[in-house]
Amino acid sequence: MSILLTKESKIMIQGITGREGRYHAQRMQEYGHNVVAGTSPGHGGEWVLDGKVPVFDTVEEAKRSTGADTSVVFVPAYHAFDALLESIDAGIQLIVCITEGIPIMDMLKVRRLLAEKECYLVGPNSPGIITPGQAKAGIIPGDIAIPGKVGIVSRSGTLTYEVALALKRAGIGVSTCVGIGGDPIIGTSFVDCLELFEDDPHTDQVVIVGEIGGNEEEKAAEFVLNEMTKPVYAYIAGKSAPENRRMGHAGAIIEGNTGSAESKITAFRQAGVKVVSFPEEIATLIAAVLNQKGA
Amino acid sequence: MKLHEYQAKSYFAREGIPIPRSRLATTPAEAKQIAAEIGYPVVLKAQVLVGGRGKAGGILLVKDENDLDPAANTILNSKIKGISVQRILVEKAVNFTQEIYLGITVDRALAQPVIILSASGGVEIEELAVRHPNEIIKSAIDPLLGLQPYMVRAMASHIGLDYALWKPLLQIALSLWNIFHQLDATLVEINPLVITTEKELVALDGKMTIDDNALFRQQDFLELADQAIETPAEQEARKFCLSYIQLSGHIGCLVNGAGLAMATMDCIQQAGGEPANFLDIGGGANADKVQAALRIILSDENVQSVLINIFGGITRCDEVAKGLLSILPENTRNLPIIIRLEGTNAEQGRMMLAQAPNLMIAESLMQAAEMAVHAAERAMV
Repeated sequence: MSILLTKESKIMIQGITGREGRYHAQRMQEYGHNVVAGTSPGHGGEWVLDGKVPVFDTVEEAKRSTGADTSVVFVPAYHAFDALLESIDAGIQLIVCITEGIPIMDMLKVRRLLAEKECYLVGPNSPGIITPGQAKAGIIPGDIAIPGKVGIVSRSGTLTYEVALALKRAGIGVSTCVGIGGDPIIGTSFVDCLELFEDDPHTDQVVIVGEIGGNEEEKAAEFVLNEMTKPVYAYIAGKSAPENRRMGHAGAIIEGNTGSAESKITAFRQAGVKVVSFPEEIATLIAAVLNQKGA
Repeated sequence: MKLHEYQAKSYFAREGIPIPRSRLATTPAEAKQIAAEIGYPVVLKAQVLVGGRGKAGGILLVKDENDLDPAANTILNSKIKGISVQRILVEKAVNFTQEIYLGITVDRALAQPVIILSASGGVEIEELAVRHPNEIIKSAIDPLLGLQPYMVRAMASHIGLDYALWKPLLQIALSLWNIFHQLDATLVEINPLVITTEKELVALDGKMTIDDNALFRQQDFLELADQAIETPAEQEARKFCLSYIQLSGHIGCLVNGAGLAMATMDCIQQAGGEPANFLDIGGGANADKVQAALRIILSDENVQSVLINIFGGITRCDEVAKGLLSILPENTRNLPIIIRLEGTNAEQGRMMLAQAPNLMIAESLMQAAEMAVHAAERAMV
């Protein structure tokens, strides 16, 4: 069925009166009908989304009044640190940070604080989470996936859409799709999501969409090898990327011996993960496996 | 953003880290005047942002006034790894008995800052890590508490540093942390930190990288930005907030999304071609951005075919088609353009482009890559 986000989740939007926040809040509401609040300092007492969703000055107030347990953060990078701390302090269980461009030092401090809390932070620089047929938190287009049993976890937005749509066209559905974000320091890792997917009775197999930079894919490979029973597929972007250049995402950079596509692909193959060479191929492969089982 | 040695050292000096006397020169005459002021022997150091500058001839020792002109001329007229030298640092030469490495950086895997110390400085840390991993000692720093003195003492003890130097090392390390933390650095490095013949610690070289994401609150650095490391096309792209990296292949790419842009390059390579660039027009791109992006690609003389790969999420394919149609008259070299549109309003976009000249529509990413490679091959025959 899902991880992290369900139709029972009560979503609030931090930065709901901004252009992006308001637009995507509307899309989330249309999809899951579970946006319960928004925050925007100085706008407390207003109502948005056709006058149906209340706006509060603070996260604490929004949570107390509406029972919000999930926050989607759209505030600009220079206010994002404060916004994240506010949500963490208010005891929000799931924070999805869409904001791109948050300074690394801020994220190091956030990670340090999160280590002591029962809270998932997805992102920053994330497209969000979608549990098809139930709810979405973030900017992933709603029509991109159908409900099903494949879990997707990805560092990239558009590549996630590619994989989800290819699966949809092959008639294959998705349990939950998590965009963990393209930054070097993020809250929830591949391994965190694999752990959740492994324990989710409604997920049968998992697709990892990784890219160059860091060693989270290598850690994921180790986890698959030692802890996972469900089949895992992977695609890694950036085989043709030069060293020492940031390929769009702040975290997508090969530094010295760390972060090459080869290293990640090798680690996955050694862990028994099927690695495909272009994104659409994942759907073909999973379809073939499912047909075989059906036959 | 990387800083030059002289820029890094100005921050070192401000925080009280000992550095040799030095000043920046742009001409041999200026260098001579500075050398006379600080006294011979001096070292001339090219200020270029590449590693291994010493081995490439970018650092010369000058014993007296007679040797200065030829040495300064040599460096100022040279290119180091393709970058022409505009400025040299004229620095008092220092006699030393040992080279140490000291740096603070971000350990991505730990998601923590780490301080690194080694008794074998003078070589690049990556090289040291491969050759003598046991000679490097690291300590993770709590970003909320900052660097603590006991960590530095433990490291000094571990490398067997003379006790008389523990206090100066501690002061330098704490200063380095202040720089790292206050200036949003992702790397501050002293390599080498030398023990002089007078038994003092002096920072002979300095490297700093500032987090690009933090430039909104570190505005000093916007002025310091060294634009020479970007190509003119890359500077143009930055004006339009396009993420663009020029490469050496023949197939120009225009994509929305960083991951998809990398995947597109990979597919081109898999189809037997080489990408001419990485280009991410970003989410929600409008017609103007598409125009600017395609103009940059068309102006790259290496480009023999263009692959446009758009997956409409927030970006609408009809907007992309609109931008594309308006710029096609500028395709004076009649370069073949292969386009793949998917997602929001894709059908509408395809219909708008159906009659356009030199334009081919592909059904999938892999097919688009193959078409672009074939088109480029035909153009180069």
